[in-house]
Formats: sequence, structure tokens, C-alpha cells
Amino acid sequence: MDLALKDLGEYIADQLPEDVNGTTVILGELVVSVKAEGIARVMAFLRDDVNCRFKQLMDICGVDYPERIPRFEVVYNLLSLINNNRVRVKVETDEDTPVPTVTEVFSAADWWERETWDLFGIFFSGHTDLRRILTDYGFDGHPLRKDFPLTGYVEVRYDDELKRVVYEPVKLTQEFRSFDFLSPWEGVQGVLPGDEKAEDAEDENADGAVGEGDA
Amino acid sequence: MGVDTTSNSAKPVPTGPEQDVLLKRITGELHDKGFVVANIDKLANWARTGSLWPMTFGLACCAVEMIHAYMSRYDLDRFGVVPRPSPRQSDVIIVAGTLTNKMAPAFRKVYDQMAEPRYVISMGSCANGGGYYHYSYSVVRGCDRVVPVDVYVPGCPPTAEALIYGILQLKKKINRTGVLWR
Repeated sequence: MDLALKDLGEYIADQLPEDVNGTTVILGELVVSVKAEGIARVMAFLRDDVNCRFKQLMDICGVDYPERIPRFEVVYNLLSLINNNRVRVKVETDEDTPVPTVTEVFSAADWWERETWDLFGIFFSGHTDLRRILTDYGFDGHPLRKDFPLTGYVEVRYDDELKRVVYEPVKLTQEFRSFDFLSPWEGVQGVLPGDEKAEDAEDENADGAVGEGDA
Repeated sequence: MGVDTTSNSAKPVPTGPEQDVLLKRITGELHDKGFVVANIDKLANWARTGSLWPMTFGLACCAVEMIHAYMSRYDLDRFGVVPRPSPRQSDVIIVAGTLTNKMAPAFRKVYDQMAEPRYVISMGSCANGGGYYHYSYSVVRGCDRVVPVDVYVPGCPPTAEALIYGILQLKKKINRTGVLWR
């Protein structure tokens, strides 16, 4: 399976040498990294080529890596029902660089790109209707960016005098406290209390084993 | 009049000669004078609690639990609680789920369209105080920021029984505090 995927990746890279940066197989899944300006060509190729036939666009999403330059990645997940195969296409970009839209290739991309624009602020050039899709009307900022504060900037309340729902700056009675020390995203920081006992026990066991060997 | 048994201090008269005497007296009065005297507000409360029609306002997973309460196992119809699709026909709104900032103005509009007397049941942690999403950028920290709430049903989500208990509590509240004009 991995070999077939690897071959497919090499085939794609061979066919589109100018647009594809490289292909890798990670955890049994094919990842194709693509130059932004060639994304529409690559997507059309993946959809139409007889060896690919990735006819369904499952998802478009953004990823924010604050430490990287450029900081964003746009990820396209494609599915081929004919070949029972999936591929992930990645494009790198930042706040200012637009990514060409793929709505011409996959009409399903319309709302996915709106969502990516809404939540990450990644601009898609050529999109005919790039509005916000999920967040509130008149929302400020892009909430899935790592530098967006968890609690946001505004909260709502019904004003009895104005007779309507009003927006006010956030006032919390208690700050957010994170107790998720084992978060798989943040990783375990340092040694957990009690872990040193396990290490001590291992040392003792090792000593014992050496002693026995000597005897 | 057997208007209400819970809030009335007078217990209903059991069947027997005593009740016959009472009924005879009332019928006699009715024949003599052509009318009977009763507490109109108690009568109104009895009518209100007997047909609490809730506005269907399921916002999240709590809605599923609300649906359970409506369905045949618990069957809220027995309590005269029949879900309505229009705020104009409903007496109570059950906020079942997470109220987001984007939904808040729409929710208030629906509430404003309901006719008086109107009641609000806040169902589940999210509607009570934001719950799991209390620190979210997009969630209202409790639907009582938008409308006045009569009964809070705790739980995440509350079971169907808990919701029914909440509805019964609201009935008690109406019996206790309900007046014709407010």
C-alpha cells in the first residue's frame, strides 16, 4: 500500500514538475506539497488524470504555525472512490499572500474557502463570494489563528433601555485556567509527580540484575 | 371549584355524601342566582399550567434530550405540553443548547414575539451559564444575559426526566406567583 502510494506520489511529481514541491508518504497517507500559483492546475490534474481520479474534495482547512515563515498552510483533502484512495495537498502562505481559488475545479471548494478565510484570514484570489461563513456578523479577527485570544474581544447582552442585543468588551469574573496538563497538543512539560519512583524502581531492578549476573 | 389542588389550602372533597351536599349547594346557588363565585386568577393559573405550549428552540445536543421528553416514553403531551413551531402560539421557550453570539439577537426576537404571559426554561449548562464554552469567543455566557429566565435545568445535557421536573417546577411557580396582569 505504501509502495503504491509512493509510486503515485512520484507519478504526480513527474507529471507536474513545475507545480509540485515534493511528495511524501506520512503514516500511510500521501502528502503532496504544491506551489500556491499552481494549485488549481494540480487539483484539476488530480481530479481528471486516469491514475488519480480524486473526484471528491472532502475538505479544505488552514493550519497556523506561528513559528514558521510563511506561517499558514492550506490543506486540501481529496478522495478517489474509484481507486479507494486519498491524497492530501498542502500549500504554504501567509497573511498577505493570496492563494488562487479552486472553485473552478471543485465547486464544493466555495464554502470551504469561505470557512478558511473566516477562521484563518487566508485570502483566496478569484473567489467570487469570499464572505465570512461561520462567525458573527461584523466579527473582528480570525479565531483559529494562534494569536487570537480564547475569549475574543466582545460579548453580548440584552440592553433593556436600547431594547436590543448590544456588544461590549469582554469582562470575565474569573480568568481562564487550564488544567489540561496532559494535552496532546501541548505535550507533557517536565516530570509528572510520582514518575521518579518508577525510575528509581527501574534502577534498583537493573542493579539487582547485574548482581545476579555477577553471582 | 376544583381549580387547583396544589396551591389551594382547601383539599378536594372526596366522593361521598359530603361531596353530594357540596355539589347540591353549588347547583342550587347556580339555579338561584345564575352564577358562581370563584377565584379568576386561580382559574387562569389552572388553565395556563394545563397547557404550557413551548416554543421549539433546540440549539444543540440538549435538543435531543428535549425530544426524548416529548416522545412516547415520557410523553409531555400528558402534561398539556405540546411543542409549537411559532412564537405567537407558545407560552414558554425552552432554550435547549448553546446560545451563540450570532444566535442571540434572533433568540431575543423570538422571545419578543411571544405573547404575555411568557416563560423561559434554560436547559443545560450552556444555556445556564455558558458551560463548557464559557470562555469561548462566540458563546453567550448564559441565556439570562439576553432574556429573563424562570427555571434553570442543570445538566450536560439534562436527562428527559430532569427537563420534565423543570417543567413541573415552572408549573408550580406559575401556580404560586401567577397573576392575571403583570
